[in-house]
Amino acid sequence: MSNIDSYEQKLTDFDWSISEKELEYKKGDPINIGWYCSDRICEMGKASKPALIWEDHKGNSKRFTYDDIRVYSNTFADLFQKLGLKDGERICIFMDRVPELYISFLGILKMGGIAQPLFSAFGQESLLTRLQNAQTAAIITQSKHVSKVRKILDKLPDLRHIIIVDADPSKLKEREMAFKMEETERIEKFECFKTFAETPSVLHYTSGTTGQPKGAQHVHYSLISQYLTAKWVLDLKDDDIYWCTADPGWVTGTSYGIIGPWANGVTQAVLDSGFSSERWYAFIEKHKITVWYSAPTAIRLLMRDGTEVARKFDLSSLRHLCSVGEPLNAEAVVWSEEAFGKPFHDTYWQTETGSIVITNYPDMKVKPGSMGKPFPGITAAVVDPVNYEPIRDEGRVGLIALKPGWPSMFRSYWNNQEVYDGKFRNGWYICGDRASIDKDGYFWFVGRDDDVINTGGHLIGPFEIESALLEHPAVAESAAVGKPDPINMEVVKAFVGLKAGYQPSDDLELEIMNFIRKKLSALAMPQEIEFVESLPKTRSGKIMRRLLRAREWNEPIGDISTLEND
Amino acid sequence: MEDMKKVILDYVIEEYLEDEDEEDIDENTPLISGGIVDSFSMVSLKRFLEKKYSIQIPDADATPQAFDTVNNIVELVKRFQEK
Repeated sequence: MSNIDSYEQKLTDFDWSISEKELEYKKGDPINIGWYCSDRICEMGKASKPALIWEDHKGNSKRFTYDDIRVYSNTFADLFQKLGLKDGERICIFMDRVPELYISFLGILKMGGIAQPLFSAFGQESLLTRLQNAQTAAIITQSKHVSKVRKILDKLPDLRHIIIVDADPSKLKEREMAFKMEETERIEKFECFKTFAETPSVLHYTSGTTGQPKGAQHVHYSLISQYLTAKWVLDLKDDDIYWCTADPGWVTGTSYGIIGPWANGVTQAVLDSGFSSERWYAFIEKHKITVWYSAPTAIRLLMRDGTEVARKFDLSSLRHLCSVGEPLNAEAVVWSEEAFGKPFHDTYWQTETGSIVITNYPDMKVKPGSMGKPFPGITAAVVDPVNYEPIRDEGRVGLIALKPGWPSMFRSYWNNQEVYDGKFRNGWYICGDRASIDKDGYFWFVGRDDDVINTGGHLIGPFEIESALLEHPAVAESAAVGKPDPINMEVVKAFVGLKAGYQPSDDLELEIMNFIRKKLSALAMPQEIEFVESLPKTRSGKIMRRLLRAREWNEPIGDISTLEND
Repeated sequence: MEDMKKVILDYVIEEYLEDEDEEDIDENTPLISGGIVDSFSMVSLKRFLEKKYSIQIPDADATPQAFDTVNNIVELVKRFQEK
């Protein structure tokens, strides 16, 4: 029987106090995610249970018990305090998926800091934007990534400490220190900072249509949602071996790659490696993974390699599969039944929601291609884009909207209250995605309602790409849009107008692609660049991305009455 | 063949390794599964190969496995040079 048992029953008598009671949390008490994910599990008698099974692409492996992560997170928390870092300060985690990433995250929360995880593949410009915006006080990183920090250091006066977890002490530079977690004196006891329900916990950056990325700020009370959704949707049970393939630089990697499983006292496995079907299947076979949370892009890559590859491995340990990041196409659901004997269950949520809000549940009929139904306690609707009233007609497309108030809802965008306020209309939080609802109450994803590009499950803001493109000496003007891609759903395509004296060429295209990859990230790198004489603009001079995007998707271009140069 | 290996290896080191990354890589080092080149970056590597060796690599052949080591990449390039 699944943890949620009957979805319909849970809908009728649901209250978030169910989660509070299970976590023995009472309103007004201190609540600290770091403590709940380590000390509490040890106090429940699971100190010697494996919390983390870690492996990298070279075959190196490590195991950490719950007592290990309790002690090592104490050790990190103690370090932060000794460095003079204060509660509420932002501490960035900028690492590959090494054990120190997962454990320092808890350490930051234990000392009252705000964890700011960033994807380690970010280039220096992406890093700079986010560290400047958050006025980050410290960063934890690896030797291989420190050069990106050094290059922008003079623009980061607030950044006081650069903690390198694998540093050669003889090579340290300004503001840097070496800290080897397993070689440092173990801190057995650490008094957690008294954080409360509304104390800020995590700052995850996400992209919008306009402006630079914004930091969605979460609080410790998010645990209430993350714990229960991990239990009911991912169906995590005490004897599970769970694998979340997401990088904690993104919200899935923290909400369900750290907090959800560890608050439930479950053993999780982490593979610090790039993608390879055989490598992934071998990992599942070796560690007898039971619950697997992955992404449509990865599933489509596995599909491309075929069921024959899957059949070379013993994958019989798998009992529940979930997916997140972008809509899971019906073909992938059907294929997973063929390859693994069970379907992937699509889950829908965002950086801002902090936890799963619409999903397919274990034991509930999966309609391939559907997002599923709202989590109990979440009031979700599809609203009219003009008056923001819920749409009652079956199948009519509108905007996905949620009634504010669930525990893990973001509390602000860092230093950007105005944009935060703009996300709420007529008493609803507007997700920015379009969908419809069928007669059975299942939600069906249609697409984004803005210019944000969803590539491989990651949201990329066109403004950030266009700004970076303009820094290339050859680029006079640019527009970035999503174009269809069979694996990643969308990839970035850039339209570029060149300055006088520059001519379009393959060399220049590759040069600009690599320029963006290094400056921002590979995700933001245009997979195609089209050189144009001029870009379509409104009479007020605003580039009409909508028009360019419609051409890529073979969609109607809509109203072009404001077009300046048609 | 050796020359092609060196050109590709040098390009990977120059373009995809961080300045401070001291990892020694050779023609057998896993690039994709080793996390040195991700699936998005593969597109720029493919574009480099197509330009450098005047070939066209269809997307269907540009798989993570075909790009996983410099040796695999050399094989792939040779295959399309012969066509």
